[in-house]
Amino acid sequence: MSVQIMMPALSPTMTEGKLSKWIKKEGEAIESGDVIAEIETDKATMELEAADDGVLARILVAEGAEGVPVNSVIAVLLEEGEDAANLDVPASPPPQAQAPEIKPEPTQKPKTPTFSNGQRIFISPLARRMAEQGGLDLKAVRGTGPKGRIVKRDIKASPKTSHGASPEAAYTEVPHTTMRKVIAQRLSEAKRDIPHYYLSVDCKIDCLLETRKKLNAKASEGKGAYKISVNDFVVRAVALALKQYPAVNASWSDEAVRHYNDIDISVAVAAPGGLVTPVVRQADAKGLGALSREIKALAERAREGKLAPEEYQGGGFTISNLGMYGVKEFAAIINPPQSCILAVGAGEQRPVAENGELSVATVMTCTLSVDHRTVDGALAAQFLSVFKGFMEEPLTMLL
Amino acid sequence: MAQTSYDLIVIGGGPGGYVSAIRAVQLGLKTALVERALLGGVCLNWGCIPTKTLLHAAELYHSMKNADKLGLTIKGMTFDLKKMVERSRTVSSRLNKGVAHLLKKNKVTVIEGAARLAGAGGLHVENGKSQNLSLSAKHIILATGARARVLPGLEPDGALVWSYKEALVPDAMPKSLLVVGSGAIGMEFASFFNMLGCHVKIVETLDRVLPLEDDEISTFIRKSFEAQGVAIHTSATVKSLKKAKNSVTAAIESDGGPLKIKVDRVIVAAGIVGNVEDIGLRNTKVKLDGTHIAVDQWSRTDEPGVYAIGDVAGPPWLAHKASHEGIICVEKIAGLEDVHPLDSTRIPSCTYSHPQVASIGLSERKAKEQGHDVKVGRFSFSGNGKALTLDEPDGMVKTVFDANTGELLGAHMAGAVVTELVQGYAIAKTLETTETELMHTVFPHPTLSEMMQESVLDAYGRAIHL
Repeated sequence: MSVQIMMPALSPTMTEGKLSKWIKKEGEAIESGDVIAEIETDKATMELEAADDGVLARILVAEGAEGVPVNSVIAVLLEEGEDAANLDVPASPPPQAQAPEIKPEPTQKPKTPTFSNGQRIFISPLARRMAEQGGLDLKAVRGTGPKGRIVKRDIKASPKTSHGASPEAAYTEVPHTTMRKVIAQRLSEAKRDIPHYYLSVDCKIDCLLETRKKLNAKASEGKGAYKISVNDFVVRAVALALKQYPAVNASWSDEAVRHYNDIDISVAVAAPGGLVTPVVRQADAKGLGALSREIKALAERAREGKLAPEEYQGGGFTISNLGMYGVKEFAAIINPPQSCILAVGAGEQRPVAENGELSVATVMTCTLSVDHRTVDGALAAQFLSVFKGFMEEPLTMLL
Repeated sequence: MAQTSYDLIVIGGGPGGYVSAIRAVQLGLKTALVERALLGGVCLNWGCIPTKTLLHAAELYHSMKNADKLGLTIKGMTFDLKKMVERSRTVSSRLNKGVAHLLKKNKVTVIEGAARLAGAGGLHVENGKSQNLSLSAKHIILATGARARVLPGLEPDGALVWSYKEALVPDAMPKSLLVVGSGAIGMEFASFFNMLGCHVKIVETLDRVLPLEDDEISTFIRKSFEAQGVAIHTSATVKSLKKAKNSVTAAIESDGGPLKIKVDRVIVAAGIVGNVEDIGLRNTKVKLDGTHIAVDQWSRTDEPGVYAIGDVAGPPWLAHKASHEGIICVEKIAGLEDVHPLDSTRIPSCTYSHPQVASIGLSERKAKEQGHDVKVGRFSFSGNGKALTLDEPDGMVKTVFDANTGELLGAHMAGAVVTELVQGYAIAKTLETTETELMHTVFPHPTLSEMMQESVLDAYGRAIHL
């Protein structure tokens, strides 16, 4: 029996993916575990491994194809001793699939490009192909050929391919990556569907900074090395506060509210293609040093686009820190299906009035965005108050 | 007194100059053209046209000698060189009158004489017959053309050592001939004299004949010429000529050591130099680039209002390049929109030797040098039905595509009638077709043009008749 290779779901939110590269060619022998293709998901580029031994008999989805639905057949594997006659190519192949005898020629599918009003765009075949290959939006290209026909030089002069050489174009259109599409879709959904409310607290962190200084001064070199950041304290404080208020570590579904058993905290990282949120598992069980090392490693891999799905899937609570950019305070959009996201601003010296006296303290404003369906105001306020306590008296995190 | 003030004056009535003048009038410019010799220039009087007239006769003669194979019996066939030359002069003369007629019909003022720039749009014309003229124009196009390069020691003497001019009007057929230079001009003369029974030898400084063509074409043509009895020495340079009464001995240095070749006549076809002297450039900011006038993409020189087109503005030295440059230059002057600089990769190049050579765009080597991943297709005349019916099984069509975009980068052909075929690829390049459109085009059967499609198919592993 031939084996059908399907588009895998590499994350729970993935409904479709881009087949960015075929590593194996038709006719190549494959062993289970061999990497046969690269798939671009909503979060990262993943390697697709073969689950069976055999020969890669047919590639049904061309390299570069986008929007390939999860679980659609992308290739067929023949097991040893089978010949091509045994191929049962799916009855209704996906749109990119070609008749078995013809190699996929993705460049041969051009349909006449049109403006949104249905008017035909006049363009040379070469320019059309170059635009497709460069992911260029033709509506933004001004044709300089006869009667405004778009020709090769126009494509070459368009900002996408010539780094902004065209003085006429007022903007550059960057086509969506899979990741960008997913960010747009999920955050629009979140902002539209989740009844957000926001609570802010000011944390005085002079003591925390002092503690951090002492700890870092004692850091060893080599394997046990650490350099604890303010954010590591934030993660630890959130983890411990969640332990006291497990109802915050929850998510809404139409049937029930799901309370998570583990305290898994997502940490927002700005990667080149967009926001990624690797997850620190069981963060409440980890000390500051371990947390710091783990977050550092995850963030690095996130920036390189090398996170494995299990490293960014799940999580019950997200922390987003823009303090290093000098942002005083901000309100973040909840990362569904979680209920809360904590937006951390910069620690800065501010005048503080206490017991009728004015003094100067280092203050950091943290804003919690909360899903009112799962977490009511009083609960969130209590959670935030405990969090503030940990931040202001970091030694209590040892208790 | 005649008009002396114009919108545009064109100096030189060759294929660059007269075409520019006609286009200028079409665009409403008051235009004059100054020519010191013959309208139509070298192309029409001493180049393209007379050589092709002679080559046609020689090629027919050559074919007729093999007529027996076709079932034709021709006895006692000879040729009359004098008549051949006369006919070539008649054709040139007729076209020369045709150009005069076209200029008159288009109301271009034609002024005979040698023109010289006189600064600030002024122009001085010396005319041996009547008094000198002073003219002025807002724009002046220099289209003075070029002439054969003279190499020291190889100066044409009109008797034993010929330039193209003497070679076009031979009074007798030499028994042996040395052609110095294997560009288009050298190869055409070599072919002409060889087909009429003269023993021809070619000396080329570079390592291959037709050095501007694709390497495979050079190799193919060399083999074909050698099979026809032409001796070819490449990487070889003529050092000196020793003239006797009716023969010349050339001393040649080559990779294979020194060489002496004794022949009746020598044709020197070692490139050309621009006609930049005696046109008053010294009084201007016009800059030279070697022996040619330096211009920008719109044919503008460094002197405001002065332009240069065609051979005098540099290679490729082709009549159709001059004409197109002229049209673009004039349209820019007239302020037309939608004018674009000439793309040199869209200028076809033809050599009317036997076999013919025609090409357009980048050679495979150049394409790779420019960083293209290429797909290359080839098709041989021997696989084409029409070629066999014509008894022309020797030839090839090679196409070079950019592997990523499918752009037709270049096409290179050798064989019968290819000079008439290459325009198909020229249109394809101008319209920016990819391999897909060339594959979808229906080529008629049986024609030589079918090979043009097969070569494209071959580049993508899809040739049918291969």
